[in-house]
Amino acid sequence: MHLHEKKIKELELVANRLRQHVIAMVEAAGSGHQGGSLGMADIFTVLYFHELHHQPKNPNWPERDRVILSNGHICPIQYAAMAEAGYFPVKELLTLRKFHSRLQGHPERSKLPGLEVSSGPLGAGLAQGAGMAYAAKMDQKTWRTYCLTSDAQQACGLNWEAAMFAGKNRLDNLVCIIDRNNIQISGDTEDVMPLEPLREKYEAFNWHVLECNGNDISEVWEALEEAKTIHQIPVCIIAHTIPGRGVSYMENDYRWHSQPFKPGEAEDALHELKTLERRLKAEHT
Amino acid sequence: MIRKDAKLVKNLFAPDLPAVPTRDGYGRGVVLAGKKDPNVVVVCADLTDSTRNTDFKKHFPERFIEIGVQEQLLAAMSAGLALAGKIPFIASYATFCPGRAWEQIRSNLCLNNANVKVMGCHAGVSVGPDGASHQATEDIASLRPIPNIIIVVPCDALESEKATLAVAKIAGPCYVRFAREKTPAFTTSGTPFKIGQASIFRDGRDVCIVACGPLVYNALQAAEELSREKIDVMVINSHTIKPLDEKTILAAAKKCGAIVTVEEHQITGGLGGAVAEYLAKVCPTPMEFIGVPNRFGESGEPNELIAALGMDVKSIKQAIKKVLKKK
Repeated sequence: MHLHEKKIKELELVANRLRQHVIAMVEAAGSGHQGGSLGMADIFTVLYFHELHHQPKNPNWPERDRVILSNGHICPIQYAAMAEAGYFPVKELLTLRKFHSRLQGHPERSKLPGLEVSSGPLGAGLAQGAGMAYAAKMDQKTWRTYCLTSDAQQACGLNWEAAMFAGKNRLDNLVCIIDRNNIQISGDTEDVMPLEPLREKYEAFNWHVLECNGNDISEVWEALEEAKTIHQIPVCIIAHTIPGRGVSYMENDYRWHSQPFKPGEAEDALHELKTLERRLKAEHT
Repeated sequence: MIRKDAKLVKNLFAPDLPAVPTRDGYGRGVVLAGKKDPNVVVVCADLTDSTRNTDFKKHFPERFIEIGVQEQLLAAMSAGLALAGKIPFIASYATFCPGRAWEQIRSNLCLNNANVKVMGCHAGVSVGPDGASHQATEDIASLRPIPNIIIVVPCDALESEKATLAVAKIAGPCYVRFAREKTPAFTTSGTPFKIGQASIFRDGRDVCIVACGPLVYNALQAAEELSREKIDVMVINSHTIKPLDEKTILAAAKKCGAIVTVEEHQITGGLGGAVAEYLAKVCPTPMEFIGVPNRFGESGEPNELIAALGMDVKSIKQAIKKVLKKK
């Protein structure tokens, strides 16, 4: 089964809009993490605008699917997706990282309804997600837990404690999505601390592993659909993404993990994204 | 003299006073908490029996989660359980949790205000022969600065049971500290216990001992012995270290004019630190501190270690005499 062509185009437009928000937010804040945010825009789009069972106006709905952003530093893209989905007003996005803002520099559960956990310290998301998934199993609930992680945090010991726990308890209601963009603060992940063979690592921990192009709406959707057909074993989706995706001067450059825009850079990025938006709209009609 | 309303055992200083480990009280309490609330679950990191969770596991096998030797997971995963509606009691040795899991307790439990109960067993030096690696004497200091957490150190097994039941009813992260060895069982079911409210066990006017944990009994013994020397010592069981019962401690400082704190924990950052920080601000009072003096423990019998590290009755009496000179 494939997503309807029209739906894919719609979602591509949404992803483009989210990317524009990310640039505007980080520019307004004067700091923030653009690279991973842009790279994960397509996955957040598929989740928040297609996949999730959620009620943005009723964020504490007990039956909602849970989203945990373990690599909390890419919260600009989560905030953008939540705002566009209706959790809070889009204009609030420009308060990112400012005093008294609900949009903290790293997600804080107590500040913004719709965030499941406070996150940022790397490696802890999968453990919290596994706890939620375990609780759902205890209560025979059907909601699912999606834990988004970076690739660099796969170096954390706690991540593998959680992987072992989820494997032992056959948490097939837990999906771990790894943003495999091959960069981290200090450079290439394989130079800083090699993660490969990553797929085999998860398989050795009794997970079912899927891989997809994380910047292809259709492939992301198919991977999430396939994950739901896997039973008795947790699913890891290694999503191959391009950091900085959509802004050519940022793509695959690890320095854009986070660095403030110099004058004119944000305008250039927005110009490129708006050009793509016009093209997508033209194709769409 | 011993306050009647403290309702301590009648034969308080009898040589044959029964002794029970405080962890046993936890074991009873968590089963009762489990009966009262179906959301109570226990998570263990391969120390089920020594953390006294065997009965809970027997009563509620479907609510008992074994995770192996993974203390960071113990805290972080339990935050997830709590955020999905469960009330996890997580139990390990205090050196490992909170010890090894400190950042998860800070970021996953406390920043999320997750309803997780951290049960730190084998705390203090009275673990004895296991040696320094297993003697948690820094746990309270490590947790005290973290917002949202409540810290309780029960004085005997019965108070441990009460504390376990009490924290089960609080929405938010709590830490309760237990000892491995048998210690005097000197409170009764009628002894008052309320989180955040210290209990005055003995009235006095010359010096006030503010103590927590099983050493409260040593404090009572010291006070009793000093009464023969016409030194009138008040003894407060400050079982809740955070939030500190400031009202009771301030009244005692004003009445007695001198304080000695007693705890089986590093002098730095524990109950003594909490009392000193508070009194320095509102009522500077001469103080002495009984606790572990900035060193690691070692293997030995509990009573040997308590004496060697200056926490026995004799040391408490000396501290009282010393502080009296500063009045």
